[in-house]
Amino acid sequence: MTVDTDRLPPPSDVVGPRAWLRANLFGSWASAAVTVVLGALLLVIAVLAAQWVVNARWGVVTENLRLFLIGQYPFDQAWRIWLALTGLSLLAGLTAAGSGAAVRTLAMWLAAGQSLLAALVLVSGLGPVVAGALVVNAALIWVSFYLALRRPVARRALTIGWVLFVPLVFVLLQGLAGSPLGAVPTRLWGGLLLTFVLAVASIVLSFPFGVLLALGRRSDLPVIRTLSTAYIEIVRGVPLITILFTASIMLPFFLPLELRIDALVSAIGGLTLFSAAYVAENVRGGLQAIPSGQIEAANAIGLNAFQRNMYIVLPQALRTVIPANVGLFISLLKDTTLVFIAGGGLLELLAIGRSVLAQPQWFGAHLEVYVFISAVFFVLCYTMSQASYRLETQMGVGTR
Amino acid sequence: MTATNPPVVPAARTPPWRNVRVLRIVAQVVTLAVVLVIGWWLFNNLLTNMRQTRLSFGFEFLDSTAGFEIGETLVPYSATDRYRDAFLVGIANTLLISLIGIILATILGILTGVARLSNNWLVSKIAAGYVELMRNTPLLVQLVLIYAVLLQLPAIASSIELPGSIFLNQRGLFLPRPVAEPGFGLWLAALIGGVAITIGLRVYASRREALGRSAGRLRLVSFVVLLAITAGAWIATRPLRLDVPVQERFNFVGGLSISPELTALLFGLVIYTAAFIGEVVRGGIQAVRRGQIEAAQAIGLSDGQTLRLIVFPQALRVIVPPLTSQYLNLAKNSSLAIAVGFADLFSVSRTMANQTGQPVSVIVLVMAAYLVISLLTSLVMNLYNRRVQVLER
Repeated sequence: MTVDTDRLPPPSDVVGPRAWLRANLFGSWASAAVTVVLGALLLVIAVLAAQWVVNARWGVVTENLRLFLIGQYPFDQAWRIWLALTGLSLLAGLTAAGSGAAVRTLAMWLAAGQSLLAALVLVSGLGPVVAGALVVNAALIWVSFYLALRRPVARRALTIGWVLFVPLVFVLLQGLAGSPLGAVPTRLWGGLLLTFVLAVASIVLSFPFGVLLALGRRSDLPVIRTLSTAYIEIVRGVPLITILFTASIMLPFFLPLELRIDALVSAIGGLTLFSAAYVAENVRGGLQAIPSGQIEAANAIGLNAFQRNMYIVLPQALRTVIPANVGLFISLLKDTTLVFIAGGGLLELLAIGRSVLAQPQWFGAHLEVYVFISAVFFVLCYTMSQASYRLETQMGVGTR
Repeated sequence: MTATNPPVVPAARTPPWRNVRVLRIVAQVVTLAVVLVIGWWLFNNLLTNMRQTRLSFGFEFLDSTAGFEIGETLVPYSATDRYRDAFLVGIANTLLISLIGIILATILGILTGVARLSNNWLVSKIAAGYVELMRNTPLLVQLVLIYAVLLQLPAIASSIELPGSIFLNQRGLFLPRPVAEPGFGLWLAALIGGVAITIGLRVYASRREALGRSAGRLRLVSFVVLLAITAGAWIATRPLRLDVPVQERFNFVGGLSISPELTALLFGLVIYTAAFIGEVVRGGIQAVRRGQIEAAQAIGLSDGQTLRLIVFPQALRVIVPPLTSQYLNLAKNSSLAIAVGFADLFSVSRTMANQTGQPVSVIVLVMAAYLVISLLTSLVMNLYNRRVQVLER
């Protein structure tokens, strides 16, 4: 392979740490002054922050860790959540072996995250058994990854695995009254578990709906186009909180009195209706990026509208909008916190934090709780946004 | 022998189930019918349910007395006013928050975007860290965190004093308030006159340049003229006086006081949105191709001119559309005010819904109000966008 010397960037004239400092921190008098002032300020803030972290009452987190993680979910049934995580770990490891850097990063973070959680569990007194179980999951990711590297798993099998995984987990967590796998009512679900259930269920459900809306908006049938456009624009024009409020407080008004809807279902419904409009706009971007020659070619070989969309348009469009949809999932994960203002009594992570603060012995420990919740969200969202960034470079979005 | 022609097949009429024109109409009619039936079913349920709970669907309640207080209001309001007035107070508060928030977030956002592109490693890293921190934590958690911090501030007696007679304590933020003096009208007239002269001079300068003649220092002169007129008139008329908050035993007197709720909401919205705006600004500046800057330098433009005449107009084109959606997000996110107890549109409406037992009517009003706000914002921004876009042939 030859190197195209014309395209190489000019060699760097910055060599060694001293030159680096000169170039990046003390380039001019003004730059040096800014560096010194900001550096001093940063140092003071770091010292103050460290002091606070050392003196904070972290007991509010460690003693309530179970609540933060799974809410009121019965502890003797928590193995179901662990089993769901095991399945996720296995699938993630197997998928990572046959995928690019983005999925590998995510799988690695899943392993790291579970190890971190295990450490947290160990200091919080939930017991070494729970911590050990989590470490087993983390190890499983690596084992399955290396096994699949040696003997690749068929893509089709993996796809089927992922498609079955989400509903299976829901059945596992929910259980069935009267069966050996007893029912765990959804009002007991809480904390991080509930946050995940809300975000994952809504994004998965909103995806097909959003694709339909996007196709509808580009349809040449006036009625369908108008309805889709109106739906998308109205939903995007109002705050999420009004939609969640409608779903949790007002839905009963619109349904027959004998039909009572579970609070979790109505919250997922609200989030789904909301994010479908945003999925639709992402997908529309992907649809517009398809050269019209593709559609004309499909028409020329006599495909009908359904075949054209299924075999030609959507496979190309959906591929390009994956990073944008990862971004949407991140904002949805953050937006699940709004469920707690909308009412309905769902205790996701922030609501659990509020209820923990209502315990008299933790009166006034607001900062500790909110900083912990922020840290959890930061770790989750940051890793996903990094993965999405890698996915973009990997797919060459914007560079082709 | 004559060749037998193949039998002529009479042109078969396309059966309706294969006729595209029929199918198109059928598809639309069916879709419309399904939507209408579902809508009718929901509305019918609503009416049935309301009849059973002895309520009616309507907007008559707007004229009855509200009977609840609202902490901070822009327009005069008391508990004896009607629901209609309370709703308007909510709209005014939401608009106020959105407007101030948008202005402050734009300033901070531009600073952030430019800082991320700084040559100074420390500056760009601090800006990057700030952006990542804001973007990867929920706004709602940030708001309750800021509010909790504000409530832990010292009491009135030991307020934190910031330069410029600004005080911060448990009861909120206390700022000096500008008050108009009798000479204000006169000064305003002088200011308008000065601006008119400046614009006139600048138009004249552009005309000269368009004709190929030098404008000399006309632009600088016009700026000096404006400054001189404004400053001279200021000294002559003394149009404004600052009403400084003065600490008394239990509270501050005078000045402008902002409750902790409003401070937390505004601060949270601004720092959150500014991080996103910073990314938009950075993307816009980076979208200007390097060759443009090199070309500007090659024809001898100064750094300031390059930025003002070459980089900024091109960056603005990329920046404005995503900036619009950030403004809309800020306006919509202001509905989180309820979490810190500030009475914005959503929070007032929620109280109304609880008191009147008419949640459906109230939520219809709220959604309509937010839609109007969103549409107006996009309208204004689209007009502006049309101005900055390139006129293509």
